[in-house]
Amino acid sequence: MLTIRKGGMQTTVQDLGRFGFQKYGVVASGAMDPYALRLANLLVGNEDNAAALEITLMGPEIFFEEDAVISICGGDLRPELDGRAVGLWRPAAVTKGQTLTFGKLHIGSRCYLAVAGGIDVPKVMNSRSTYLRAALGGYQGRALEAGDQLTIGKAVVTQKLATQEESWFAPSPSYSSEPVIRVTPGRQYNLFSDDSRKRFFSEPFSLNSQSDRMGYRLNGPRLSLSEKQEMISEAVAFGSIQVPADGNPIILMADRQTVGGYPKIAEVITVDLPLISKLKPGDRLRFKEVSVDEAQRLLRLQEKKINCLKRAIQLKREVMT
Amino acid sequence: MDYSFSPLGDQAIIIEIGNEINVQVQHNVRVISSLLETHAPEWMMEFIPAFTTVTVFYDPLLILYNEAETELTALLEKASEMKAPLPRTVEIPVCYGGEFGPDLEFVAQHNGLSAEEVIRIHIEGTYTVHMIGFAPGFPYLGGMSDKIAAPRRESPRVRIPERSVGIAGGQTGIYPISTPGGWQLIGRTPLRLFLPEEEVPSLLRAGDAIRFHQISEEEYQAMEGQKNAHNT
Repeated sequence: MLTIRKGGMQTTVQDLGRFGFQKYGVVASGAMDPYALRLANLLVGNEDNAAALEITLMGPEIFFEEDAVISICGGDLRPELDGRAVGLWRPAAVTKGQTLTFGKLHIGSRCYLAVAGGIDVPKVMNSRSTYLRAALGGYQGRALEAGDQLTIGKAVVTQKLATQEESWFAPSPSYSSEPVIRVTPGRQYNLFSDDSRKRFFSEPFSLNSQSDRMGYRLNGPRLSLSEKQEMISEAVAFGSIQVPADGNPIILMADRQTVGGYPKIAEVITVDLPLISKLKPGDRLRFKEVSVDEAQRLLRLQEKKINCLKRAIQLKREVMT
Repeated sequence: MDYSFSPLGDQAIIIEIGNEINVQVQHNVRVISSLLETHAPEWMMEFIPAFTTVTVFYDPLLILYNEAETELTALLEKASEMKAPLPRTVEIPVCYGGEFGPDLEFVAQHNGLSAEEVIRIHIEGTYTVHMIGFAPGFPYLGGMSDKIAAPRRESPRVRIPERSVGIAGGQTGIYPISTPGGWQLIGRTPLRLFLPEEEVPSLLRAGDAIRFHQISEEEYQAMEGQKNAHNT
């Protein structure tokens, strides 16, 4: 059992998302940085899709009512166990009675706390992800607050993987301060003016403060179509970059609606989604074009690396027992 | 059947069936949707039907974009022999006006009608669910009479109660969950449109035909009470 002493800015239960129900208008949700969530889970011996806590900008304070193995992946929010720094991208042992706190935001904007066994909340439509707007899933459909108590599921691997001091860690993506985000051309890319298409790739954008789990609003060159057109709404995806009439692009994130009626200039490739989700208001970014073939090649390559890591973790566990 | 493919990022493919909303395109969207239900490829994660498109989300570890195009082309050959499933007709009871429909008078005045005439015209129509989207279980409905069209409110309400029935421009709709919104509210239904605990979490599905009928406030309360009794 975990007892929440402070909720933090927005701490929610998330897994990889709620799929199969988008045709009924049900938003997919899930982790903003699916890569960090998966790695956090693998490091504690969970399935990729186990539920973990998504922690945003200001972390929570969590009291452990039982022994646990945890892993924190993603941005660096300076986590500490009873005042002692906890390393990221590696498993760590927690003893009953210890308190996990977070400090000042150092790198990125959010991180994932996985616990061996996963966070045990009821599945709603086959997922434990929280969708705040509809108060769906997760812990009572809302962000965590002081006094909430979370049950830890039964760990798949019972033996301990971690001692308090682990020296090894999993490779983390380079969360650079001004990332170059690779995109494939959007469905309506050719409807944009020559000037807009050129500036989209040549000039930097910055993240607007009105950004949340639903969408990231960007400031930068105003983009426009070569001629005004009414669009017919169609499906959108995680990473779709829509441009409303005001010309400021919006990157659709985990809590995106299922369909959208604005023209899409580009689509962020899956392997670069973690770089987007780590951005915080004011951060800058640039876009670079790649083909769908290239995006899928990169995705398969990343998957190979994750599989290698999975095997390495298994071997490590065998050695330790 | 005419269609074309294009990628939506690196995990989805859009099947475009037409570039305008009409009965034939709508029919073909439903045929393709039912084909994807009955012959779901193992690499498909899910699909989203819309007005003129069906988007198939796939696992790029199992299939690449070009391969998905080829496989979908083969699958869609079956479409010409298929008929769309017969549309269901769903009756929606509505308690019009009063506290449930605070904008009924506005819609009436705007169109030079009485409140009763607005209700009568709203009830006479048969509406088609073009697609479900915007919010869980929210139906995009076609088929409302222009005689009761009304502009959105100048300043949107911060919270529209769930199950409100409203009008925005030439469209009518029902809010499955409470959200902010600028629709003119004319009534409320005791039926829940979003059913997160059900296997099919939406009362309505794309292709359904909808008819509204009027109920009194007593009937509304009774239906709502009955439903709550079921839930406990």
